[in-house]
Amino acid sequence: MSRPTPLHEVHKSLGATLTDFAGWLMPLRYGSESAEHTAVRTAAGLFDLSHMGEIHVTGADAAAALDYALVGNLGALEPGRARYTMMCEPGGGIVDDLIVYRLAPEEFMVCANASNYLRVARELTDRAAEFDAVVDDRSDSYALLAVQGPRSQEIVAALTDADLANLKYYTGLPGTVAGVDALIARTGYTGEDGFELFIAADDAVKLWGALMEAGAAEGLVPAGLSARDTLRLEAGMPLYGNELTSATTPMDAGLGRVVRFDKQGDFVGRAALDGAEPAKRLVGLVMKGRRVPRHGFAVVDADGAVIGEVTSGAPSPSIGRPIAMAYVTAPVSAPQAAAVDIRGSHEPVDVVDLPFYRRKK
Amino acid sequence: MSSIPDELSYTKEHEWVAGLDDGLTVTVGITAYAAEQLGDVVYVQPPEVGSSVEVGDAVGEVESTKSVSDIYAPVSGEVTAVNSAVVDDPSLVNGDPYGDGWLFQVRITGTPDDLLSAEEYTALISGDS
Repeated sequence: MSRPTPLHEVHKSLGATLTDFAGWLMPLRYGSESAEHTAVRTAAGLFDLSHMGEIHVTGADAAAALDYALVGNLGALEPGRARYTMMCEPGGGIVDDLIVYRLAPEEFMVCANASNYLRVARELTDRAAEFDAVVDDRSDSYALLAVQGPRSQEIVAALTDADLANLKYYTGLPGTVAGVDALIARTGYTGEDGFELFIAADDAVKLWGALMEAGAAEGLVPAGLSARDTLRLEAGMPLYGNELTSATTPMDAGLGRVVRFDKQGDFVGRAALDGAEPAKRLVGLVMKGRRVPRHGFAVVDADGAVIGEVTSGAPSPSIGRPIAMAYVTAPVSAPQAAAVDIRGSHEPVDVVDLPFYRRKK
Repeated sequence: MSSIPDELSYTKEHEWVAGLDDGLTVTVGITAYAAEQLGDVVYVQPPEVGSSVEVGDAVGEVESTKSVSDIYAPVSGEVTAVNSAVVDDPSLVNGDPYGDGWLFQVRITGTPDDLLSAEEYTALISGDS
């Protein structure tokens, strides 16, 4: 059976359509997913992300342990800052993409995907064995609520004394929101400004209610995984299991910049990744028609030869046409002639650079 | 509970059939329950006008944000009309599944004997959820 989140009763009372996701019973949508998507682009949405994993790494060598275990340069991260990074296998394949928050000089929190956090915790434990560092998977004690969208700051500011105006993107500081102790992080997965609030599982219902009340006048609506998926897809953000897999390197995904060869010492995956050329290229596809490309569909050239595979696809509310991310293994010499094989029919696409959507600053 | 009009017939594939009593031409659509399960419908491909369909044939598609479903012919016959409005604006399927969201019409040559009444369809989807 899939696990309910601490907000399960709230989702049920809101009439959410629930779905199994990585072993969790999650809200897929509360009403119209397109309306939820649009609310996040124009006002704000409230997401339950309690399925995500939170793993604490503490100790005198915590930074050194993470610098060995992950591809990023976490030792260089200032306390209070966050960084997008990855864990790779020795062969260079991606184990997971992560956001690491440095809570204190000797304390980090690693936020991992629901589908991977047990493995990430296990790998971190193994990889930190030679270091003076303790790896503690605290995922079960956390709930995570995200407020995303242009009205997010006003909504959260109404419930906290924290100085949100000076809380930069990819920072996270401890504070209190609606009387609830929280790590207030300015991070997200929607392409919009927003906050992720890491709290005790027992406080989830209280904080959800306070946010919904504070957000009512700002247009805040609850938003499910369906909207989250189309939001991140428009923003060109990769999803583990789709764009990122153990058969994919950070370079393949166009994210070679997260691999910090300039940091001191060895790290897992270094030898395999150093000098590695990408084996494929992640591109954006915008359908000329209205049929929707889906994960696993073939990308074909003008002659019908397979040149790649769709990793994620959905109708895009912001663009008004279906969009997709796809890996192509051959150069797309005549991109105007590329197509996606949708159940036997070659549907024409425009090949574009990612992302599809970028918010106005 | 989704609306399930008494006067319609239903299929196990969550389609409705209207006009069976007249015995000539019926109208076909998907139920409110199906529309809710699909989520926002973004693409409808109805069968072609003039095509012959047999009961159970996959004759078109209804695609939503998350999934695609075949449309099955609930009766046998010839397709006499398709709803071009729903092709232009697939959200009609969610907004008015039994009205403006209708999909196509068939001049019937054969009707299966396992179409469901509103009561039977209610029981079917109660078992689903």
